[in-house]
Amino acid sequence: MARWQGQLVKIDDYRWKIPEDYKAGMRVPGLIYASERMLDSMREEQTPEQVANVAFLPGILGYSLAMPDIHWGYGFPIGGVAATKVKDGVVSPGGVGYDINCGVRLLRTSLGEAEVRPKINELVNDLFLNVPSGLGSEGKIKVNQKEMDRLMVEGARWAVRRGLGSEEDLDVTEEGGCLGGANPGKISDRARKRGTPQAGTLGSGNHFLEVQVVKEIFDSHIADALGITEIGQVLVLIHTGSRGFGHQVCTDHLRVMEQAVSKYGINLPDRQLACAPIESPEGQDYLAAMACAANYAWANRQCIAHWIRDSFSRVLGKSPEKLGMRQVYDVAHNIAKIEEHTIDGHKVKVCVHRKGATRSFPAGHKDIPERYREVGQPVLVPGDMGRRSFVAVGTQKAMLESFGSTCHGAGRVLSRGAAKRSIKGADVIRQLEGRGIIVKTRSVSDLAEEASQAYKDVTEVIDVVHQAGISRKVAMAVPMGVIKG
Amino acid sequence: MARRQDTISTVLRVDCSSSLREVQRKSNHKWRCRRRFCIICIGVMKDTFEILDHTADIGIIAYGADIKELFSNAALALFSLITELESVQEKLHLDLAVDSEDRDSLLVDWLNELIYFFDAKHILFNRFDVRDLTYKSLKATCYGEGFDPNKHKIKVAAKAATYHMVKLEKKSGGYRAQVILDI
Repeated sequence: MARWQGQLVKIDDYRWKIPEDYKAGMRVPGLIYASERMLDSMREEQTPEQVANVAFLPGILGYSLAMPDIHWGYGFPIGGVAATKVKDGVVSPGGVGYDINCGVRLLRTSLGEAEVRPKINELVNDLFLNVPSGLGSEGKIKVNQKEMDRLMVEGARWAVRRGLGSEEDLDVTEEGGCLGGANPGKISDRARKRGTPQAGTLGSGNHFLEVQVVKEIFDSHIADALGITEIGQVLVLIHTGSRGFGHQVCTDHLRVMEQAVSKYGINLPDRQLACAPIESPEGQDYLAAMACAANYAWANRQCIAHWIRDSFSRVLGKSPEKLGMRQVYDVAHNIAKIEEHTIDGHKVKVCVHRKGATRSFPAGHKDIPERYREVGQPVLVPGDMGRRSFVAVGTQKAMLESFGSTCHGAGRVLSRGAAKRSIKGADVIRQLEGRGIIVKTRSVSDLAEEASQAYKDVTEVIDVVHQAGISRKVAMAVPMGVIKG
Repeated sequence: MARRQDTISTVLRVDCSSSLREVQRKSNHKWRCRRRFCIICIGVMKDTFEILDHTADIGIIAYGADIKELFSNAALALFSLITELESVQEKLHLDLAVDSEDRDSLLVDWLNELIYFFDAKHILFNRFDVRDLTYKSLKATCYGEGFDPNKHKIKVAAKAATYHMVKLEKKSGGYRAQVILDI
């Protein structure tokens, strides 16, 4: 693929604009958040072209946005944000992605590194056995069709009702762990068949669990409010989504959207951007099905959080309450949400597509939990396996500029194949062990795909969003134990 | 994408000690790893498929003397990514019918149909008899066996075939198709 030769107009050190006249058909300009250093690999990968393509979507407002962790995706870039007007805009399943509500949940503990380090091997082994992961893994919970319907509608609450977690967990989950408008009637038999056995599993690919240690606190006032109180504190991070269920929902609805594109006479530069008007039957059906998959993912992370508490309790010999195992927050980073944003002084209802992007609502916003209202919504940004992860909070600037959105992670620089060819799984384990990180995985060779070298350094990504002001960094943690699905 | 026709020898030239930049430059969509999986056809080595490398995901390129063979080879490529084809025996067969909007969609839908049986029913296939092929529909009998963790290694859990950069074209002496998979 040839290097992208289009024009990127520098707005400031962290913002680059693709002019609206770059390509006929763009309805708005593109805006990329990046440092100058990052632009080279973006051009090499042709991702700005995808940012420009997204600008074709009918009803798109403001900019076709790209976060600094942007990389080449299908149709939409990963790390892309697009807000479309509910009244006459479209919804695009490609703007959400296959793994609907892939997201991150962060648990905190009152444990210090010194208490956990001597037992880290035992803990990682227990977590590995306790949280179903890997290819073909099936859940520990058996779900019948009636229960599956309730799971799709209730999300994380479904799991809490079964004793897997608490009301407090729901309070600190985006949307309370339950996206409204879910309609199981819009779910195909196939999606049900794929989803039912996989409920409560971590999955494979880039999904993982990490036992982490807080290494740096950048803003102690905000960190305190999030329950991150000292260096050396142990945290647990969960990264997973809606498994085969979300993939099937996306696949099913892309087929419908393919037809909708010609039905509604929509002009698109890439088939994978297929979409339908939000208020059309096709658009409404997708949103109702997407909500089912989003809820499935929240139920999934809720179950997994419970089993993590269970493992900590078993290995450390104290109840989860005594270990202070409370949830910091849970964010979705592949989702479309109907939100109200202010544009040119007017409140407008929009559909914000966040594909590999995190909501970043500021202090005072009505949609964030009471306990965080003073500091802003927690933003959880995992790095690659074995490097570091960040906790940040949302800002007013994000509301003004990026439809309340920020980055989601590190972003790949090496394809899975290239990573496997240049890095050996066994070497990855050795290197991580050398840094005191214990890894447990089903496939050692697959580990290479998720090695640090295959990803951008998340530090650069977080620095850009912090400097640009669309989120504010609060704390950084490094892993001590990793379970990779 | 992927215009260069480098072969496996290029893969081997990617030295483990190469800098990230170097590896990235060599791998960034620009070459394909030609797999050893070939068929002997009237004494001539003939490609059936290749694997396409993509930063975020993986794709397949399939070849066929006719469209039926092309579809069959695309399915073989898919399962060669998922597992070692040699480890799969023909213990069961499944009759499938796929209907679609047009030929490109039919290819994507055909692969998604197979992914469904892999992900939901845990079936691995290694032979495909495609028939009754029209521009928008096909029927096929697929042969394989149920996944056995003691016998089969799952290399990549393909989760969806995408429409992204899907391409089906007539080449001299046959057809070529490209599909990107989400894994």
